Amino acid sequence: MNTIAHAVPVGLGRRLGDRFGDGVLIALTLLASLVAAVVLVAVAVKVIDDASPAISRYGLGFIGHTSWTPGEGVRNVFGAGAFLFGTAVTSATALLIATPIGVAIGLYLSELAPRGVRGVIGSLVELLAAIPSVVLGLWGILVLGPFLQKHLESWLHSAFGFIPLFGAPAAAGVGLFNAALILTIMVVPIIASISRELFDRVPTELEEGALALGATHWEMVRGVILHSARPGIAAAAILGLGRALGEAIAVAQVVGGGSLAGPALIHASLFGPGDTLASRIANQFPGATSSLQIASLFYLAVILLVIGLLANLAAQTIVRRFEFAPVRGA
Amino acid sequence: MAGVAAPLPFEPCPGLRRRQFVNRLMKTLATGSALMAIAVLGVVVYSVAQRGGSAISLAFLTKDPQLFTAGGGIAPFIVGTVELVLIATAIALPLGVLIAIYLSEFARSRTARPIVLVLDLMNGLPSIVVGLFVFSLLVAHKHQSGLAGSCGLAIVMLPLVARTTQELLRIVPETLREGALALGVSRWRTVIGIVLPAAIGGIVTGTVLAVARVAGETAPLLFATSVYGNGVVLNPDHAVPSIPVQIFNYSQLPDPSYHTVAWGMALVLMAMILLTSLTARALHARSRRNLIR
Repeated sequence: MNTIAHAVPVGLGRRLGDRFGDGVLIALTLLASLVAAVVLVAVAVKVIDDASPAISRYGLGFIGHTSWTPGEGVRNVFGAGAFLFGTAVTSATALLIATPIGVAIGLYLSELAPRGVRGVIGSLVELLAAIPSVVLGLWGILVLGPFLQKHLESWLHSAFGFIPLFGAPAAAGVGLFNAALILTIMVVPIIASISRELFDRVPTELEEGALALGATHWEMVRGVILHSARPGIAAAAILGLGRALGEAIAVAQVVGGGSLAGPALIHASLFGPGDTLASRIANQFPGATSSLQIASLFYLAVILLVIGLLANLAAQTIVRRFEFAPVRGA
Repeated sequence: MAGVAAPLPFEPCPGLRRRQFVNRLMKTLATGSALMAIAVLGVVVYSVAQRGGSAISLAFLTKDPQLFTAGGGIAPFIVGTVELVLIATAIALPLGVLIAIYLSEFARSRTARPIVLVLDLMNGLPSIVVGLFVFSLLVAHKHQSGLAGSCGLAIVMLPLVARTTQELLRIVPETLREGALALGVSRWRTVIGIVLPAAIGGIVTGTVLAVARVAGETAPLLFATSVYGNGVVLNPDHAVPSIPVQIFNYSQLPDPSYHTVAWGMALVLMAMILLTSLTARALHARSRRNLIR
């Protein structure tokens, strides 16, 4: 009796308090979500705003224009063409090497690795992604570069030098190829871990069915696993591409064209110096001399932002569409 | 019938040898790829350990650097990196956890989807663009500051913290929430008193992993906090020295004695990151056990 009489007034006050508490918590959490959205929009708006002098001066022609000559007066001309070229070459090369290797690692981890070592090898591959890019860049200049120059690049140049792709190695081995290899090291763990997850999700009945029909292990992998995971692999590759496009620091360290003017960066040789959108910003922003150069560097960031967001959206769309497939199959 | 006595056609069908050869080849290639990735990891770690190990000494870890030479220690960079990452965590952790609570406890799928999209896009922002943004918002027309650098790191951290926390809140058993609600406990008390404590281990793990990830970030700091003095800077309103930015600067100098210092710093940085992620893994294993029990 006593407790019931006691409970009524307290309960009323508590209910009000509860409703207030619920409201506060929902408002706070919603506010935090809005802050994230505002920051994302602010990044885009601020970068475009700071690029606006260059945008209004050059328009879309900036994208194809290949000179980049900071300085006073007539020499002060800027364009993104040379860096788009460098970005395309390094990212495409990296992706070309990293996608098959990453998918193969994913297959090894989900199909072949003995249970005991699976976890260890998986963690080691993930650790590869934990190496800071600046350390990878340091390794790229001081270890990988000299090695490439002395062995791989000079050998390829002397054997296949008649193909313009294999030009003379640059001094100290810094150049587009070195940057592509460093990017490969960054992208492989991304593709490997995503594709491993995809392969684990393929229904076991399908795999067993293929094996029961007499397919070899590889035929089962090709016909069932790779076939059903194809869109997911594409998404993984695009996510890797986003990482490769946006990497500034390690590329700035090893790409070797940080101070060159535009046209010198465009050539057929994979071993020559180059520069990418992101690495040009890292290399020249601190020492930029004119406001037009600063605005042009922001313009590069706008291009980078647009390409990066598009790649990300494309990957998300593919992943979302793909997520329905296993449900239907199961 | 003669057919019964005839030997059954148990010869391998044509092409089986080729098929088995392809099968073995592909298995070898897949195994080889995994081994190659581990070999690359080994080579990088070995290079850093071998070249950086010779630089490491007690003085190297505790002294200030000397001006105009590569001598002295790296204490200001170690302190600065810890300071920048701590401030970034103080910004990103509460925001990230709140977003995760909204996504897992309150949002309907129609409101959750755009927020998840925002987090994914944020995760895909090139970090150099974050660096430019922080520069033009917090540094241009003012001065460089550790706080600006930490804000950049926080932008990189936020989606990581929010997504891992969200994943963890999702595996908190629904029965816990239902039990609390059935007892007449309000939503907010359920979240604060039941759901969050159940997932706290995982939240800590996710945060520590995010810390390990941003501790090596250079691009968000490069324009915000890169012109600093020679000693330890504790005031985040001044430019704070950090290991990644200093490795970047030293790696571009031609003098090899600076490279030795850079290797030493790389070794320290990687040891710090490895320690944090091992801690995270240990915490993760424990919190998962607790949740499942």
